[in-house]
Amino acid sequence: MTSQTPLPARDLALIAVFAGITAALGLIPPIYLPISPAPITAQSLGPMLAGAILGGRRGGASLVLFMAMVALGLPLLSGGRGGIGVFLSPTVGFLVGFVVCAFAIGWATYRVGAPYSIWKGLVITLLGGLVLMYIFGLTGMMIVAHLSLSQALLAQVMYLPGDLTKAVIAVLVAKGVHTAYPGLLPWHGQVAAAGSETGSLDDSPVDSAPAGDQVR
Amino acid sequence: MAIGINTLGLYQQGSSVLHRVSAWAKLIGLVVLGAASIWLQSRWWLVLAVLGLVVVGYLVAGFPVGLMFKQLRPMIWLLVFIAVMNWWSFDWQRGIAVPGMIATLVAAAGLVTLTTPMSALIDVVVRAVGPLRRFGVDPERVGLTLMLGIRCVPVVAGLASEVREAQIARTATHSFRAFAVPLLVRALRDADAIGDALVARGFDD
Repeated sequence: MTSQTPLPARDLALIAVFAGITAALGLIPPIYLPISPAPITAQSLGPMLAGAILGGRRGGASLVLFMAMVALGLPLLSGGRGGIGVFLSPTVGFLVGFVVCAFAIGWATYRVGAPYSIWKGLVITLLGGLVLMYIFGLTGMMIVAHLSLSQALLAQVMYLPGDLTKAVIAVLVAKGVHTAYPGLLPWHGQVAAAGSETGSLDDSPVDSAPAGDQVR
Repeated sequence: MAIGINTLGLYQQGSSVLHRVSAWAKLIGLVVLGAASIWLQSRWWLVLAVLGLVVVGYLVAGFPVGLMFKQLRPMIWLLVFIAVMNWWSFDWQRGIAVPGMIATLVAAAGLVTLTTPMSALIDVVVRAVGPLRRFGVDPERVGLTLMLGIRCVPVVAGLASEVREAQIARTATHSFRAFAVPLLVRALRDADAIGDALVARGFDD
């Protein structure tokens, strides 16, 4: 019940800024590597980083916001795509996967807690950012384009080397950010969870309310 | 609401019937088309007929047909792949109907995006989440978060080019990590400042 408290202003700002990060990653021109037949775009780093840095609720929300901005007609998806049409295209499953993946990576990362471990981070990012992403992406292709699983895999397999590379990069970047900007990840164990994702100070003014009446 | 917001997106100004119809009507039309697609897809000639109607829609809106193909261009190879695979697994009729329906829906959705100003779409979102108020969703907060997110796109893009320039000035490295870590840390600090500014304006009260 209490999980649905409105997000405080700082969390809203973090959500909005990370929606901007995912958009900015889409502006980076795709790179061509010999290990991958398909161009590698930086955009899918967005959900991995949003999750690993902001946690499940805020990371997932920032990707929901990003997708809402795309739906409203901002050309933010890599290649300058946007509008409602992208949600009707065969790759819609990956767009849903972006949101789920940010949430899953964030939830698991914050559950493991501080300090951020590269190896645990890599397992989480591969499971959340690759396995989960492909489950959603391939399911979307199978439904929208009436493809069989093997046909959908055939269309997608050339992106695999790039996606593996991105999972590694995302973990290294997340490690760097958590080192340079500590205090985001909750500590489990020694210190009791004082305020993991959101500090709640909402209860205190209730007691002082009658005092306010007396002044008047 | 910022005046310049409608020039950011894919919206193209005009005065056609499609520009004047309400955003709600266009979105409901799109949902109906999406729902009907399951039935339309069973007859390939119906799909082509509806695609023809969408072409007429672009002409009515005063757009060249080329603008419609521009909506489909990023997915053209995927459409060809889907056509071949459906032909191969089923028959040539489905090889036309399935990719044809996808193209029709994407082109129709593109037409809605091109003819509807973003401010009108934001109003739709804010009003559509109204009934969620009882689940703790505040429509005003949703609207503000959308505006904040849209504002953050040029802010973060500017931040990214600043970090990139600083990186080039120091060393000629192309390391993505040496670019992304300072960018994200600066973005986190910016978010703190934005959060403080919102609190100072009584946002959390």
